[in-house]
Amino acid sequence: MNWSLLFHFSPAELVAIRLSLKVAIWAVTMSLPFGVFIALVLARGRFYGREVLDVCVHLPLILPPVVTGYCLLLLFGKNGPLGRFLWETIGFTFAFRWTGAALASAVVAFPLMVRAIRLSIEAVDRRLEDAAGTLGASPPWVFATVTLPLILPGILAGAILAFARSLGEFGATITFVSNIPGETQTLPTAIYTFTQVPGGDTGALRLTLVSVLISSAALFLSEFLARRVKRRVAGI
Amino acid sequence: MNLEVDVYRRLGAFTLEARFTTGGGLTALFGPSGSGKTSLINTISGLLRPDRGRVVVGGRVLVDTAQGIFVPKHRRRVGYIFQEPRLFPHLTVRQNLLYGHWFTPATARRERLDHIVELLGIGDLLDRGPALLSGGEKQRVAIGRALLASPHLLLMDEPLAALDEARKAEILPYIERLRDESQVPIVYVSHSVPEVTRLATTMVLLSEGRVAATGTVTEIMGRLDLAPVTSRYEAGAVLEMRVASHDDVYELTTLRSNAGELRIPRIDISTGASLRVHIRARDVVLALKPTEGLSALNVLSGQIGEVGPIDGPVVDVRVELNGEMLLARVTRLSLDRLGLVPGRPVFAIIKTVAIDRRSLGQVRSMPDHINIDEITL
Repeated sequence: MNWSLLFHFSPAELVAIRLSLKVAIWAVTMSLPFGVFIALVLARGRFYGREVLDVCVHLPLILPPVVTGYCLLLLFGKNGPLGRFLWETIGFTFAFRWTGAALASAVVAFPLMVRAIRLSIEAVDRRLEDAAGTLGASPPWVFATVTLPLILPGILAGAILAFARSLGEFGATITFVSNIPGETQTLPTAIYTFTQVPGGDTGALRLTLVSVLISSAALFLSEFLARRVKRRVAGI
Repeated sequence: MNLEVDVYRRLGAFTLEARFTTGGGLTALFGPSGSGKTSLINTISGLLRPDRGRVVVGGRVLVDTAQGIFVPKHRRRVGYIFQEPRLFPHLTVRQNLLYGHWFTPATARRERLDHIVELLGIGDLLDRGPALLSGGEKQRVAIGRALLASPHLLLMDEPLAALDEARKAEILPYIERLRDESQVPIVYVSHSVPEVTRLATTMVLLSEGRVAATGTVTEIMGRLDLAPVTSRYEAGAVLEMRVASHDDVYELTTLRSNAGELRIPRIDISTGASLRVHIRARDVVLALKPTEGLSALNVLSGQIGEVGPIDGPVVDVRVELNGEMLLARVTRLSLDRLGLVPGRPVFAIIKTVAIDRRSLGQVRSMPDHINIDEITL
């Protein structure tokens, strides 16, 4: 094996790397507001059906990703109820597009994101929010100036966790949007493809190393940011 | 500025049903733990919604369930200082102080940062985070933060309870300055007799969710029927006296009122000034004759006014001293041996050393309200 080949990425591989990052970043940024909202509802809400919502949010965590992907196909495929609606009204489709890969990643990573954020919300001292209220802050302002800064470490942790999970998404993605180079072929599916063809070992190894690199960098970054934010939040 | 409270709220097995009205100055909500003090000020602040009732601050209706009025807490302009400081950990001291200021409309801002910082002596802390402040510093910042929101009413829920004696002594003068210098009425929750004696303009006594009595400190503390509520250990009357003279040789100060003369350890207050003295019932000895050869310096003559309900081996007795009164706690045995019945002339004996700094508060009679200054022994 020629080791120098490890750094010679083929154009197709570079596309897969770029696509993977794009899919993961979109998956996280688009689902983050929903993640914070659902975490708030689950941590603070007192309403009928909260347990049902809790189970629904956690389903992708326990279902085989292939099942999640198939459900997405049924719902958002060209003939699925939601997919057809979107296509007919605004001409948008997830089917066999990179946006579908982002949706699949977001859905699978969502429970991890919500759990991390929810834990940090439950750790917030609500007496601080009462104090902010008596000082003249309306509930939205209390959230923006007290709750949000205090749960920032949790949001960060949830986002990084979701990002890492998105990068590794395989089953749901391949089931929902298939494995189309340049459109839906992300790092895991590209590695899988390499292992299925003769002589693909070097390419698989190259992409594997890239995966390890990106994931480690994300973890390091999150640790670094979390420590900084925690220090600030602790008031030191 | 007037405060009118008349609220009813059920909380599990506990019922809060309290009504009182006070003027300006500092109103002490006093009572044992579980008497509903905190629930009551929470209904004033808007943290707790009464089942029915009214809360009116300076003519502004904050709650009137009959009319369906419930002003949410962030629109009440009621400052709240909690038992624990509740500073925002992610903000600096300066940002904490300005938090409520920022939410106050510019036209309604009465307080300036530099004035509050000077009043509370927190200039050196402004750029620090709250985590490393001492308990006393944190509580001063919390007071400043509440004041900078320019409240119409200030609520304090045992702001000194979590502090040790030294920290309490550090904060008390600031609360006194606040009461005397700002025009904002204060509702002060406490179950500490020394704090109330020292601070209160008016006293509201709470017991089991109801107002047992309202009045001045002297009136409430002298009532025998309220002694079990005001507190078992600290029960005792409050006398208002004037400084008559100082004895520099023996370092004593003589106080005088209609009740007679009282010598206490030397205090630095000019003669003629008024003082409140809290004399605990258990520090008073009763005698039938003026006894010779006694180390106690204070002997006041009067007569038994009332004998309290008998509860175990001890009983509280009210002694009338020429229009003023004192409480004495004696054993049932002494009660019978001395034949203490209403009308019987007695001498009340009080050791000078039983009266310490915590028992005293200076009173400056002003038109319509009373001020108490810090004093040093």
